[in-house]
Amino acid sequence: MTLDEILKGLFPSGHDVKTSPEGVITGAGKRKNGAAVAVIGVANGAPLGTAGGLPLAEEVLRVVAQGGDTPILVLVDTQGQLMARRDEMRGLNEYLAHLAKCLLLASQQGHRTVGLEYGKAAAGAFLATALATDRFVGLPGAEPTVMDLPSMSRVTKLPLDTLKQLAKTTPVFAPGLDHLLQMGAVAEIWDPAKPLDEQLEETLKKASPVDNRDEMGAERKGRPMAARVAKQVIAEATGRGDHVAAA
Amino acid sequence: MEDAATTGQASWFQATARQRVAGLLDPNSFTEFLGPSERVRSPHLHLFDLPSAFDDGVVIGRGALDGKPVLVAAQEGQFMGGTFAEVSGAKMVGLLRAARDHKNLPQTVLLLMDSGGVRLQEANAGELAVAELMRAIVEARCSGVAVIALIGGRAGAFGGAGLTTATCSRVAVSEQGRIAVSGPEVIETNKGVEEFDAENKALVWSTDGGKNRRLIGGADTFAEDSMDGFRAAAKALMAKVPAFDLNTMQAEQERLATRQKRFGACDDAVSMWRILGIKEPEAIRDMDSKEFAALANSIKEANHDAR
Repeated sequence: MTLDEILKGLFPSGHDVKTSPEGVITGAGKRKNGAAVAVIGVANGAPLGTAGGLPLAEEVLRVVAQGGDTPILVLVDTQGQLMARRDEMRGLNEYLAHLAKCLLLASQQGHRTVGLEYGKAAAGAFLATALATDRFVGLPGAEPTVMDLPSMSRVTKLPLDTLKQLAKTTPVFAPGLDHLLQMGAVAEIWDPAKPLDEQLEETLKKASPVDNRDEMGAERKGRPMAARVAKQVIAEATGRGDHVAAA
Repeated sequence: MEDAATTGQASWFQATARQRVAGLLDPNSFTEFLGPSERVRSPHLHLFDLPSAFDDGVVIGRGALDGKPVLVAAQEGQFMGGTFAEVSGAKMVGLLRAARDHKNLPQTVLLLMDSGGVRLQEANAGELAVAELMRAIVEARCSGVAVIALIGGRAGAFGGAGLTTATCSRVAVSEQGRIAVSGPEVIETNKGVEEFDAENKALVWSTDGGKNRRLIGGADTFAEDSMDGFRAAAKALMAKVPAFDLNTMQAEQERLATRQKRFGACDDAVSMWRILGIKEPEAIRDMDSKEFAALANSIKEANHDAR
């Protein structure tokens, strides 16, 4: 689906969401009940650099400063962080973290945040956007990629075919929406044949500031240990430790 | 654990995670959680015929620094590059959640980062662990916990580790500490040597290195490369940390927007340092730690509560 189709589907009552030539998405859409949803995001597979992160964070802070509980939708189609020496020199890590922190602040202050990936998403830009929301969903065709297989093959010295075979037995490393669903990163995959506005309402209802992604990952058998290990740390730290069964 | 590698003057850069913990904290004050005897290790590395470690490359626990109770997590840069993976990440996430939820635990968390980012073999689990850690840091900060990043290991703080660092309340860095998202080699591989010559060490250090990070405000204090150096830095930073709230984030927005505007046209770090008002920016590279720390403390942009 194109961004225009998605926006029409999400907001049949209207929206003023705009995309800059650099792929920066900002604006708001109208829900059925007349209330607003703030919309930010990255479009056209654009990379996210120091300049691109600022207007997105600014918009999130504007929503938080207004008070209330306006939800924030983050639309994601980005190839990843901008790979540029000058952006790194200026501290790109701070700019990306700042955007994530603003979204997390919004969540703490009562704004439900939803990430919707409809294209690409990768690495640092993924952490700054979709992975910093309360609930992250995907549309079929989305291609979340933490690490692409050819690069992995180069670094691990394992043949590409071996990696492709391995990817069939575990969701832990290979790209793909299904894999991230199993890991607990993607909460659910939307059905493009059904009305998107209804699915957004449903997702907003389920969104919560409590991070249960590791629990989802355990239930879906993508991450067998994360939730258990985190709990065990808390138990030992508070003096209630029993030994965690080694996997 | 008291040996030559953990004495006050021992190098932080050269040390292992365990040596850093021993050298940083008060003698015999450290208690480890999920230590190696519990053998909580990666359930995935065997798929790649790779050896696992009984701590998965992260040491966590509690101790004291100058008599003050602290929680601590240290990444082992010499095991799989200190990378975030399912278990190594979950240990750090658990520690932050513990501090967030239990006010009787130390309310200061020291993160001894030494990481190339996400572990390739567990890329999806590692990326998620970073996302969970960043959220847990923010939640802990909201509940009054001070989270302090100490950067000076061989692997630096790249990728998710770079983002995690900038999510903390305060950051200490040494000259050898590098903080960035994409590393020089990654940029060179993807964009070409014209974009970033990873072999040019001076260029690499002036881009990602501790001195640049300290001067532009990406780190709050400059540590000498020693146990004593990081001990002093951590102690100073623990004393007062910015609250995590709308005011702080608005101030950070302003700080980063100003930086973008002022340095947007700069092609190298020396031009940025000149704009900061440093009279002889070329001299920064060879300046010794003490002189540099004093200089950085006098630069307005380098000293702020906007993080």
